[in-house]
Amino acid sequence: MSVDLAPDGKLARRGVPLIDGVEKVTGRARYTVDLDHAGALVGRILRSPISHGDIVRLDISKARALEGVFAVITGDDCPYTYGVLPVAMNEYPMARGRVRYRGEPIAAVAAIDAETAERALALIELEINKLPAYYTSEEARAPGAVLLHDNKPGNLEREVHHEFGDWREAFASSDLVREEKFSCAEVNHAQIEPHACLCEYDPLTERLLVQSVSQVTYYLHLMLSRCLAMDESRIRIIKPFVGGGFGARVEVLNFEIITALLARAAAGKVLMQLTREETFLTHRARPQTDMTLRIGMRRDGKITACALESVQRGGAYAGYGIVTILYAGALLQGIYDIPAVKFDGYRVYANLPPCGAMRGHGGVDTRHAFECLLDRMARELGLDPFAVRRANLLQAPMRTLNGLTVNSYALGECLDRVERASGWKNRIGKLPPGKGLGMACSHYVSGAAKPIHWTGEPHAVVNVRLDFDGGITALTGAADIGQGSSTMVAIAVSETLGISLDRVRVVAADSAVTPKDNGAYSSRITFMVGNAAIDAAQKLKAILTEAAARKLEARPEDIEAIGESFRVGGGEQSSLPFHEVAKAALVDRGAITVSGTFTTPPEAQGGKHKGGAVGSTMGFSYGAQVVEISLDEATGQVTVDRVWTALDCGHAINPLAVEGQIEGSVWMGMGQAMCEETSYLDGLPAHASLLEYRMPTIVESPPIEVFIVESHDPHGPFGAKEASEGALAGFAPALVNAIANAIGIDLDELPVTPDRVMQALIDRRRRARLAASLRAAS
Amino acid sequence: MHAPSPPPKKRLLRLKLNGRWREDAVADGDLLVDYLRDVARLTGVKTGCDGGECGACTVLVDGEAVPSCITLAVRCEGRSVETIEGMATQGRLDRLQRAFHEKLGTQCGFCTPGMIMAAEALLRRNPAPSDADIRAALAGNLCRCTGYVKIIESVKTAAGVAP
Repeated sequence: MSVDLAPDGKLARRGVPLIDGVEKVTGRARYTVDLDHAGALVGRILRSPISHGDIVRLDISKARALEGVFAVITGDDCPYTYGVLPVAMNEYPMARGRVRYRGEPIAAVAAIDAETAERALALIELEINKLPAYYTSEEARAPGAVLLHDNKPGNLEREVHHEFGDWREAFASSDLVREEKFSCAEVNHAQIEPHACLCEYDPLTERLLVQSVSQVTYYLHLMLSRCLAMDESRIRIIKPFVGGGFGARVEVLNFEIITALLARAAAGKVLMQLTREETFLTHRARPQTDMTLRIGMRRDGKITACALESVQRGGAYAGYGIVTILYAGALLQGIYDIPAVKFDGYRVYANLPPCGAMRGHGGVDTRHAFECLLDRMARELGLDPFAVRRANLLQAPMRTLNGLTVNSYALGECLDRVERASGWKNRIGKLPPGKGLGMACSHYVSGAAKPIHWTGEPHAVVNVRLDFDGGITALTGAADIGQGSSTMVAIAVSETLGISLDRVRVVAADSAVTPKDNGAYSSRITFMVGNAAIDAAQKLKAILTEAAARKLEARPEDIEAIGESFRVGGGEQSSLPFHEVAKAALVDRGAITVSGTFTTPPEAQGGKHKGGAVGSTMGFSYGAQVVEISLDEATGQVTVDRVWTALDCGHAINPLAVEGQIEGSVWMGMGQAMCEETSYLDGLPAHASLLEYRMPTIVESPPIEVFIVESHDPHGPFGAKEASEGALAGFAPALVNAIANAIGIDLDELPVTPDRVMQALIDRRRRARLAASLRAAS
Repeated sequence: MHAPSPPPKKRLLRLKLNGRWREDAVADGDLLVDYLRDVARLTGVKTGCDGGECGACTVLVDGEAVPSCITLAVRCEGRSVETIEGMATQGRLDRLQRAFHEKLGTQCGFCTPGMIMAAEALLRRNPAPSDADIRAALAGNLCRCTGYVKIIESVKTAAGVAP
């Protein structure tokens, strides 16, 4: 659609709709299961019925013999491990010898139709010798527990012990030291599109075409090459429309590799469509976390030190575990000035589906504990929650104790905005019974500064193409999963070139044509791909400017490109429309492709200590929010009446999309805070549908007032930082703080379901009665 | 290639789909969503769950919003079925499609067709809905991206009752 250009050639500051929005609202957008799969075989997966055990017999002969079955494969067909971290790949696409969680893939079939595939699964004969299974971190870590992985004593994937500054002395000299325990439930991304994958293997050319729901097609490319022992050049990956991710689809997922293995075994095309239940089983989301947090404070609210012990129940395989536990410690820093920090982290194996990365990766539960305890200590010292945060603000630019660089920082302004908008000063402490106000802050990285696969390549590459038609095509490997990254690339290119957004087409995530990208994770795309897009557009602009200068007989430095025209000094006679300049630029050289890059400098890649790269970024986003609630003491039901949230995203390249991202992340934080929880009964998921996994519906979802704060990061594209994750972590503590404000009870467990609130109210009444009877007795 | 077992007996289903009458052979147990996606190739109708949980498959049957994943195709005999594909006519977006596009009522887009159809059913019976009316009408449609803020704004914009 056409977009108004403001007089200065810049896009209207209210933002623009998504460039692929029309496809979405008309139903034309093709997601993986909508692709042409005529003649494709149907893939199905046999999953472990028990949580832990050794496979003693697996007979697929009857399944293989069934008419209409084209392939049956097992762990024997893939002796290669896969995983997201090169140092921790301990998982096979299908179990080999040992199963470690209920629902783990054991075998798979490709058949002519779904019914035949199901019948084939039923014909597979399986015997498993049961082993003891562990569903909590405590059980798994107990002395004598059977090891899930022989090389991981104590069922620990990773222990982290970090100390920065003299924390002992800092605590000893504090006016107030408090320690509390917090627990956050495991939650799931629950993107609305269930998992799916379409693979086509051509035995004649030995090529594999894969279309899948991936956020990082590059990882998928690497793992398919590894697990199928195929040369990378024989694999092509295309990302169709993807119905949300939130981290679920960063890691390569077992069903993707299985579909490719089936396609090769069946020498054809296979469509794998997981059920919602299987999508939940595939998991890779935020782990259940137990935390003990200690904070030291001066009387004026200045934090002196903090110490966190965090235990994450990571599930049966390594996945992202090491990174998640490192984030939990690293993100204690980078938001407040804390002179001494101690972190002890434990990532534990358990016989449950593996956890992974989820929006706000690693930092959300840590932030929850921190912001809750900060509020409680402020209350004890008679300080306002805003005042205690203001007493600990950072000064950018700076480097934290753990080596994270903070280049721009407008948390103070975020605090001012939500304090004012919510009427905090006039309302706090004066609300009617059952009403409460709470607040909290949060932050998140704008792209992990060090990629997982270190290759020496730039962090992002974008190619921009100009041909005879005058159309500009931006080619990027970045995966648009609904967050609007392709729209961001289009804006970056059009603004840099001073041309209409209409003229820019974005081709994304097709390994045959787009440059490799590290993908949609850690909110890296705007910062890294945005900078690469600007770099490419600037290179093209230089070529166009030279061509215009030749035609206008002027010096290139005197040419200005604005509003689809190139001109000298502003006069109409001395200006050329874009298409003429484009034609002039093609003379002698033909079609033009320029390549733009972005690379994170080494000094931004974190501390030198072990694990020091995790948490490092070129720019942190900062958020503050206020939550207003009503609480019904008869039912324990909490209602969120309103939310005010301010996010320092550096600069909003597309304010409309930034608002949408902030609203969505605040709301996702609300789900984790109030109702979302994965739960298992002897390893069997009790939550594996969208009815049992309770996300807030439109009925419970409050108005969210968004304030965009722009600190103009010195390195961000047009000054921008991330906007999709930073606001999430503030919701839960703001809610818990609001409940404390409403009823005077501090809750330590998430989610704050009505039964947890009721229990807390009952416990309080009981304690009051006991105290009264003790008083009467004495 | 042939199916290993004979397919179930089918009967002729006659319905009006996006304004045009058509006839197709369907089995008694075929779900409306599968008929729409696999037979009529209207893949704008989405499946987001294992049955009746998410609302992504919402279509209109005689103007009423129904989840097509828990509706039998044969129940639509002689009735009018409308999907997202029937909304844009003569190259123009419908008012809800335009509003969802311009106000960012869609992000990943997967829930959008169902969301728009549920909203369409609302606007036909209630042209000027309040926030509470909108919330009630869309209570069965889950979205994981937007927090619903811009969905409500989109429906209000389409209805001409925008803030």
